[in-house]
Amino acid sequence: MTEVIATNETILVVGGGISGMTAALEAAETGKQVVLLEKRPYLGGRVSQLYKYFPKLCFPTCGLEINQRRAKMNPALRILTLAEVTSVEGEPGNYRVGVHISPRYVKENCTACGDCERAVSSEFDDEFNYGLSKRKGAYLPHRMAHPLRYVLDPRIIGSEDAEKAKAACKYDAIDLDDSGEDLTLNVGAVIWATGWQPYDANRIQPYGYDRIANVITSVEFERMADPSGPTGGRLIRPSDGKEARNVAFIQCAGSRDHNHLLHCSRICCMATLKQTTYVADAWGDDADISVYYIDIRAIDRFEDFYAKVRETTRARFIKSKVAKIEENKANGNPVLHGVDTEGYHRYANEHDLVVLAIGMQPSVPSDQFPVKLALNEEGFIEPAPENGAIFAAGVASDALDVNRAVQHATGAALKAVQVVNRVAGQEA
Amino acid sequence: MADDKKFGGYICTGCGIGERLDTDQLEQIALREGKMNLCRQHPMLCSAEGVQMIQDDIDNEGVNHVMIAACSRRAKVEAFNFPRVALSRANLREGVIWSRPDTEENRETTQEKADDYVRMGCAEVRFMEIPEPSGEQELNKHILVVGGGVTGMQAALEVAEAGYNATIVEKAAQLGGHMAQVYRRVPTRSPYVDPQDTQVADLVSRVMSNERITVYTNARVAQSSGAPGRFSVEIARESGETLNGSFGAIIQASGFKPYDANNLPEFAYGKTPDVVTNLELERLAREADGGPIKRPSDGKEVQAVAFVQCAGQRSDKEGHLPYCSGFCCTTSIKQAMYFKQQNPGCDTTVLFTDLRTPGAPGEDFYRAAQRKEVTFSKGEVSEVVSADGELRVKFKDLILNEDTEMTCDLVVLATGQVPNTGPDPYAAPLEAEDEEEEGGETAGEEATPQVSVSVESILNLDYRQGTDLPHLRHGFVDSHFICFPYETRRTGIYAAGPCRRPMDSAQARDDAAGAAMKAIQATVHAAWGQAVHPRAGDLSFPRFRKEGCTQCKRCTVECPFGAINEDEERYPQFNEARCRRCGTCMGACPVRVISFANYSIDTVGQQIKAVDVPDEYSEKPRILVLACENDAYPALDMAAMAGEEISPWSRVVPVRCLGSVSLSWITDSLNSGYDGVVLMGCRKDDDYQCHFVRGSAMAHERLSKVGDTLQQLNLETERVAVYEVAITDTKRAPQLINDMAKTVDEIGMSPFKF
Repeated sequence: MTEVIATNETILVVGGGISGMTAALEAAETGKQVVLLEKRPYLGGRVSQLYKYFPKLCFPTCGLEINQRRAKMNPALRILTLAEVTSVEGEPGNYRVGVHISPRYVKENCTACGDCERAVSSEFDDEFNYGLSKRKGAYLPHRMAHPLRYVLDPRIIGSEDAEKAKAACKYDAIDLDDSGEDLTLNVGAVIWATGWQPYDANRIQPYGYDRIANVITSVEFERMADPSGPTGGRLIRPSDGKEARNVAFIQCAGSRDHNHLLHCSRICCMATLKQTTYVADAWGDDADISVYYIDIRAIDRFEDFYAKVRETTRARFIKSKVAKIEENKANGNPVLHGVDTEGYHRYANEHDLVVLAIGMQPSVPSDQFPVKLALNEEGFIEPAPENGAIFAAGVASDALDVNRAVQHATGAALKAVQVVNRVAGQEA
Repeated sequence: MADDKKFGGYICTGCGIGERLDTDQLEQIALREGKMNLCRQHPMLCSAEGVQMIQDDIDNEGVNHVMIAACSRRAKVEAFNFPRVALSRANLREGVIWSRPDTEENRETTQEKADDYVRMGCAEVRFMEIPEPSGEQELNKHILVVGGGVTGMQAALEVAEAGYNATIVEKAAQLGGHMAQVYRRVPTRSPYVDPQDTQVADLVSRVMSNERITVYTNARVAQSSGAPGRFSVEIARESGETLNGSFGAIIQASGFKPYDANNLPEFAYGKTPDVVTNLELERLAREADGGPIKRPSDGKEVQAVAFVQCAGQRSDKEGHLPYCSGFCCTTSIKQAMYFKQQNPGCDTTVLFTDLRTPGAPGEDFYRAAQRKEVTFSKGEVSEVVSADGELRVKFKDLILNEDTEMTCDLVVLATGQVPNTGPDPYAAPLEAEDEEEEGGETAGEEATPQVSVSVESILNLDYRQGTDLPHLRHGFVDSHFICFPYETRRTGIYAAGPCRRPMDSAQARDDAAGAAMKAIQATVHAAWGQAVHPRAGDLSFPRFRKEGCTQCKRCTVECPFGAINEDEERYPQFNEARCRRCGTCMGACPVRVISFANYSIDTVGQQIKAVDVPDEYSEKPRILVLACENDAYPALDMAAMAGEEISPWSRVVPVRCLGSVSLSWITDSLNSGYDGVVLMGCRKDDDYQCHFVRGSAMAHERLSKVGDTLQQLNLETERVAVYEVAITDTKRAPQLINDMAKTVDEIGMSPFKF
């Protein structure tokens, strides 16, 4: 049984991505007791799957290392992975939160030596790489994973592989009978930092993501660019492994669209500008980059980055909502059809690879919140007094970039601190 | 060594360490050479029993200095957490067995590497002291907020809500700032359809009635000094009165200045009163208060209005702002609605190149305007001409790709925000440096005089390194970190609102809450005697031996955080709570008088000394690697996890920041027979990744002169290499070490072996 000490002076943070980690750490470093829940087996969320950040083109793992060190060093912070909220009851200063913890089958005494991984043979799509590669049935999600602890895929439980993994572990860290558990936590305030998921590209039918191998999403492209990712950092086409030099980016793929997401996902313009540098870095003068866009939203100082990218990558910017994509069956090239609205030219442009700048959708669908919160039409949590002491942080509140999400999460930490300070004051 | 130190060495034999290494030999080394009072092995040191074994020695044997030879210091941190104990970690797993091939011919060199890591771990812990909280500050629950606009008021309310006190210093006669002039704001709750009350009056009354908040209007910060937990601030009022206060932390919410539209004669601003800025339109809307908005020239009711987006913005023209101010698109949409609400027949046209309405609120609001029949036209405005009682707006229609024009009664220029910040302590001298990037930036600032700083200081800090917060770009004081937006180079002083980056009032209010969080945290940490981010919890702080100090001032100049002042005799004055514990001062000190309790010239120097350097004929060179603990060291760990081989000759020492590297470590190592030295810090240029901002840059600068030292020693300059290494360099970082091994192989062993 997992022992978690939580009182009405405890802050519960739901979601261990960059926003949740930030909120949890800021509160814990101010001396508050914090419990951080994360659905995945490790912290870091979507940020851990990014190769570089805009506009500095620095590496998210650099900040993640600092945040993880902060987490390791802080005794006021308790982290529960594979954990999800099932219910929330109560009022500000006194919530009872139901938490379900899914089995990991690996105990805390795992040393991450890797013997279990070597022992098993079954393989599954690696979700860390959005299925672009395989991982073993006993695996470390990624090399910087925190907690640095292996996971058994539930699909191997009951199989021979599970027994092999257990037998390989010298430290008796594998518990095949782990059935997960349900906890109830008493907390004073809740920070809701459940973040986002990429919009389902299959639903944008005219773009043929499900039919055309060389149409991929921006999150997949990010993994492909990462030297520790599934292609070792090589920009290649899924259909034939051919180098992708002529790359098109389609903006607002699923965003700003009545048929899909109503909102602007904010990050996609900047993410594409960043990704054009991957193509330019890979191929130099041979890079041929096109960006199909409605508006380039490079807000405030990001404008500098937009100007720099225009200059250095020599990307073509085509103001156009692409109407449809077809495949040239002879060579596997996607062919983009549409009208360049600047001058009204029709085009049928062929590219090696097409990257859909996919929209951000709240991770938790509006009808699946375990607690009633004021949400807007798009499913983001509103800054509403009726939400009591449940405060949104980061992308749970709106489509935000990392910098703004962290800024927002820092503020959310204070809102929660205010509540538990009030509780402490009343009890004193 | 003090008598009260008792040393315990603990060697883990798990994770293959026991199979690959002779751990009995390691134990003997720890006892005999490492001078551990006791040494124990355990098959799984991180297990509950292993940890208990150590804890028992702490409780029963009086062990207070612990050397753990097991996995990397980045692993099992929570397990090996012994409060009030000095701890060193010898990295036998990632650092030795995982990065060396498991073959018979490598067995000897692998064991030697492990032997050295144990020697180094023992040497380090022997010279470590246990840092004590200084008790220098008590908890000061009073936060100063400079600026009484929306950001400042919100910050004060957030501080008060957390049970702290706030004092607002506002230079104007009233609270409210620019937002007080605004008629309605962009909605912040769904449905995002109509402009809403600004809530400024409500904010003002909440501030004025809050017993935790003190407000001084017509006031400014005349002087400030001290450190988090004990900022001493002199507030001067227009009446001549001065007040003194003590504050735990400071929030700078000095806002923005409206862009001076007189720089836009092409848009007829100043030539006709019917061309107004977005802020001036708010005044017209207030005057109309729901009735028809009239144009200033003759009071005619406006029937057609054009909004010129990006007026004087996103442009490299002289006198323009190069950046986007972010708030103007939704502001113009809101203002177009003012006209539509009162007169749906009014022609409202927004001329834009990129319409920037991000997120759900932005895009919904944009759509609401489209439903209200606001016209959005992608066009670039070249000129506004006033003639015959109307305005002609000439623009290039980017959709039709043709030059065209429209007529209207009123033109609104969507002008931007210019940060209201004090002088940049690190502003480049007027003569531009020849570096391209710096030259570019200087040129940009020269071309845009209104972007450059006001000469007037906001904070009047008495710091050695200037009166105000350093700038990032374009006069904004934002930090350069994406993952740590409230990172500040003046500890305990946090910027919020449009002085930090351009923003609207909703974002400014969120930002105020974030800055209030950091301000409260800074004052709490000061009371605990602990560092703030990124070494939160660190109790160590720089101490210096005054008798050895030569008053050279390098530490006061090089500190990236302006933490060190100088006294009358020009000795350094360390301000504990301002210090971030990076050790750049220690690295800067040529006479080695600066140190930390648990990180000092000795804790590293003795590790270097402890390594066994075989003689010249052994063909076993030694390569010292000093690696930044945040980026290069994890990169090496992860390289080992991936099975990358790292030269058996290398001995890696993690450092807090490359800026903390003392040149003495390099010269001592070369003098004692090391064959090569590799230094790994973080990227240091404009897009720096050094978490201590300038630490890596300072180190590179200092080390650029190390070649002279080598020549004096008659050594090849290739023996020392300095690199910028990122945490993702899991292939490159080992390669750089292996390259040095190759270099040594080519140029030969050091002649300085004993």
